[in-house]
Amino acid sequence: MPYTTHADLGGRPDFGPVVQDAEDSVFHAAWESRVLALSLAMGATGCWNLDMFRAARETLPDYLDLSYYEIWLGGLEDLLVAKGLVTAEELAAGRARHPPKPVSRILSADQVAARLAKGSPTERTPTSPARYRLGQRVVTRATPVDHYTRLPAYLRGRTGIIERILGPHVFADSHAQGLGEDPQWLYTVVFEARELWGTEAAPGHRVSFDAWQPYLEPA
Amino acid sequence: MGHDHGHADHSELSEIERRVRALETVLTQKGYIDPAALDVLIDTYQTKIGPRNGARVVARAWVDRAYRDRLLRDATSAIAELGYSGRQGEHMIAVENTPGRHNVVVCTLCSCYPWPVLGLPPVWYKSAPYRSRVVRDPRGVLLEFGVTLPADTEIRVWDSSAEVRYLVIPERPAGTDGLDEEALSALVTRDSMIGTGLARTPAEV
Repeated sequence: MPYTTHADLGGRPDFGPVVQDAEDSVFHAAWESRVLALSLAMGATGCWNLDMFRAARETLPDYLDLSYYEIWLGGLEDLLVAKGLVTAEELAAGRARHPPKPVSRILSADQVAARLAKGSPTERTPTSPARYRLGQRVVTRATPVDHYTRLPAYLRGRTGIIERILGPHVFADSHAQGLGEDPQWLYTVVFEARELWGTEAAPGHRVSFDAWQPYLEPA
Repeated sequence: MGHDHGHADHSELSEIERRVRALETVLTQKGYIDPAALDVLIDTYQTKIGPRNGARVVARAWVDRAYRDRLLRDATSAIAELGYSGRQGEHMIAVENTPGRHNVVVCTLCSCYPWPVLGLPPVWYKSAPYRSRVVRDPRGVLLEFGVTLPADTEIRVWDSSAEVRYLVIPERPAGTDGLDEEALSALVTRDSMIGTGLARTPAEV
């Protein structure tokens, strides 16, 4: 089945004005906070990684009609069922009907602070030299891929300049597909807005993103 | 009418509340989660980790030149000096606004955001209008936030596509020479650290 993301929004027209919210509004309803906490607690079990969770969210067919935490909830339910941790019937009934599947960790209350403070760093030790150097012109992959990726559509096939070399990082594309960490060199690449948007681009406007080496070719 | 967790009849719950309650019940019965951990997680992001953390980083950078230099050179370490680190801030880069250059941060693909310094992202940051438009028409979006920049100011939009997270250091407002770090941090808004706002002047506080 082809992989389809509904979350790749950069540059798309017709979404209207930005509606702001106040600095002190974290959650708009109690259920939103439960969804956040359930997602983090289940993430801590190690049954999936963050890129798999992002992939589960962005492939929800009704992504654009859902609120943010509805997206998280849908992604979480889908992953739980896909990994065999719960069944759709159990979710519908609101009651466990089958024995649990073993998981490697259960996050306890007293571990939360340490776990959050540690996070999940993605930088890895280099095993090969970086292919590109600072200031080098590169072109991004032009063709879409049939799997999770962090190369947005609006940056496909565009020429930019290597501005920063960030070291090898866990490669999101591989990580989301269950292919392991597959660390790849990561670079900040900067583009003139004219290269992305043509004549409508304002002078002095630039866009940068962080690109893994497989997204790039020499220009 | 409110509801509480011990309520026997869930008829007052909305559809989404029922669904979340069902999910939490199943996960608890299976033993995958510790419900007490959920409460700690929620309390952490409601009361401990939020934009006041980032405001302290910015205020320190404004008053301490050596700290500002460390922050621009290795933001992850400099931010950790103030006790902020970890989830969704494992690899930090600080970008500084100057009279000639303005920085704005977005995640067009989802909602990547520097949690240890700014907390959880606001709804607008995660919304389709912001994610779609700010990379294409940053001046138009900034205008909606009440920010007008001189025509010759360069605008850099940072699309957070990998696990690097960006913190904008807003310009220190004029007329703040006599203020101490704590008073300065009160001028630093969440939006000013995303780049959709400017730091407030003392008169605006």
